[in-house]
Amino acid sequence: MSRFPRYYTPLQKLGALSLSSSAYMVLAFLMLPIIIIIPLSFNAEPFFTFTDGMLALDPEAYSMKWYAEILSDDKWILAIQNSFFIGICATIIATFFGTLAAVGMSHSDMPFQRAIMALLLSPMIVPLIITAAGMFFFYTQLNLAGSYLGIIIAHAVLGTPFVIITVNAALAGFDYSLVNASQGLGAKPTYTFFKVVMPLIRPGVISGALFAFVTSFDEVVVVLFMAGPEQRTIPRQMFSGLREQISPTILAVATLLVIVSALLLLTIEYLRSRAERIHSGEL
Amino acid sequence: MSAHLSIEEIAHSQKQLRRKKLKLFAFTLPLLCFVTLAFLAPIATMLYRSVYNPSVSQLIPKTLVQMEQWKTVSGKMPPAEVLTTFSLELRELAISRESGKLAEEVNRVIPGSSSLVKSSARKIKRLSVEALTEGQGQQLLALHKKWNNPLLWSGIKAQGSVWTDRYYLTATDLTRNQMGEIESRDTQIYLKLYWRSLRIALLITLLTAILAFPLAYYLANTSAKKANILLVFVLLPFWTSLLVRTTSWIALLQTNGVINSTLQFLGIINQPIEMLYTEFATIISMTHILLPFMVLPLYSVMKSIDPSYFRAALSLGSKPMPAFFKIYFPMTLPGLSAGALLVFIISIGYYITPALVGGTDGQMISNIIAFHMQSSNNWELAAALSSLMLGVIILLYWIYDRFVGINNIKLG
Repeated sequence: MSRFPRYYTPLQKLGALSLSSSAYMVLAFLMLPIIIIIPLSFNAEPFFTFTDGMLALDPEAYSMKWYAEILSDDKWILAIQNSFFIGICATIIATFFGTLAAVGMSHSDMPFQRAIMALLLSPMIVPLIITAAGMFFFYTQLNLAGSYLGIIIAHAVLGTPFVIITVNAALAGFDYSLVNASQGLGAKPTYTFFKVVMPLIRPGVISGALFAFVTSFDEVVVVLFMAGPEQRTIPRQMFSGLREQISPTILAVATLLVIVSALLLLTIEYLRSRAERIHSGEL
Repeated sequence: MSAHLSIEEIAHSQKQLRRKKLKLFAFTLPLLCFVTLAFLAPIATMLYRSVYNPSVSQLIPKTLVQMEQWKTVSGKMPPAEVLTTFSLELRELAISRESGKLAEEVNRVIPGSSSLVKSSARKIKRLSVEALTEGQGQQLLALHKKWNNPLLWSGIKAQGSVWTDRYYLTATDLTRNQMGEIESRDTQIYLKLYWRSLRIALLITLLTAILAFPLAYYLANTSAKKANILLVFVLLPFWTSLLVRTTSWIALLQTNGVINSTLQFLGIINQPIEMLYTEFATIISMTHILLPFMVLPLYSVMKSIDPSYFRAALSLGSKPMPAFFKIYFPMTLPGLSAGALLVFIISIGYYITPALVGGTDGQMISNIIAFHMQSSNNWELAAALSSLMLGVIILLYWIYDRFVGINNIKLG
């Protein structure tokens, strides 16, 4: 028992042991449901559970057919295209507006800072069902319901709070005298923004953009209310799949999405460590 | 300082500051406009819709104007001229094929009167304007005995007012009786759902707190390298699509799902337990989905707590338990309250997961809003239910901003 300090009493050792074991149990609770769908997606039978053959590790019991099914189904192909198209467009809009606003918001001289901040972050707080209901009424009157533009605008609004938060964090401790210096030396405002401000806040902007993309990529309630059959996205397709006929194709899609989110997580963590190095002056 | 500045200089510096503020405001203006148009305006129109109800007053405007003099409380029939005007307007509606709309609206106050209005409209269409004017509404009264009921007319009058609190009354299980007094309904539907949503949200908040506490404590007190690796296991679920996590809970909880098969294989149970489509399914899957929102703020607060305070309490002779609750626990409260408010706010308005795994007894208020939007087409009631929920959320948001600070939300 060299893991514990020597002065620990048996009771303290027991306490530390039960703490670490309960921590690992909670981690298992977090991870197991996500991990379990990966082997299930290779099930040769159309079930959501492990067959006897799978448990016996019989190669016959495993198959890639659900992955092949995704590629052969026009609905899934359309959904994948839609998700990326809507997500990328919404991300561009959200990142542009959000970054611009965060530059103003992060300055201590900003008037009504707190109230405006609460307003700008409200799309993140208001329950999606309320947002979706309100948007459905409003966008229908503007003939935007059932159109790509309507969904893109809705998703862009939902993504902006995340951009503001991450860019704001990147701007914390930003030295505004750099802007004054740049302008004093004759640089135009846009030049100052792209050549002085942007390089320093880039990690924040990129991670904000990733958050905005994930928000759109994962969003289903607004799509459920506003999108026509033409604008079905991956989560929308999964939702109807789970409601109507449960097929392991959904598990295959889910496995692919887990891989996508793992990649996103790695990117975000890389950006964060980079941002930390920028702040500590290493870069 | 300012004592040494001349008035002109002060004015100049103030002007400079104003210009600077204006410039900063100009940066936020595009987003402010965008959020107002694309997000706040839709929500505001929805709130407006929950109290604004112009359809009947557009269908039978003249009848409603004449009805203003007539007291509904009197229990008497409206005067003959009202009946005449109504007959004429009903005839016009029948000709322009809009009587169905009126039937639907009247049916909302007095259930079962939809067919009455529709069939009467069909019959009255055949009569001429002159005959109806002369008949003083007698033709209408002769069509069906229900037209002789003053309650039907007071219902039409109530539905005819442009501004209404009716949807809010329905949303809180209240109704107006024949005398116009507010009384509670016999069967509670919506209040029950509100309470259930609150109860489920509270339970989820409590469960996430209980689960997150030991994990966050362990992460905060282990070596930085190990904590960083373990944090990935908290962040990966956080980044994984909500639909994916709901899918895995369906796979786990199904009758022939992973949990039931495992328990049967181990011989713990003989019959599969029905877990999917219950309140239990809603609670456990939402706890799983929202757990990272509790772990992350708790972890960031616990990491900043100096462990020497706790050790000092121990070395000064305190027992571990009292030292923990009196010294360590109060210092974790900022993280705990931030996480709890966040989890509570998110869970009270949750829609997707209860809709997919909740069955009937795992439904929350969001699900009934969606039902009234999509299936029953009672948009006004959906709007009233939404605005009541929005009130609760705004209150919580305000508390969060006051005590935690909306600027302190951290991601990842």
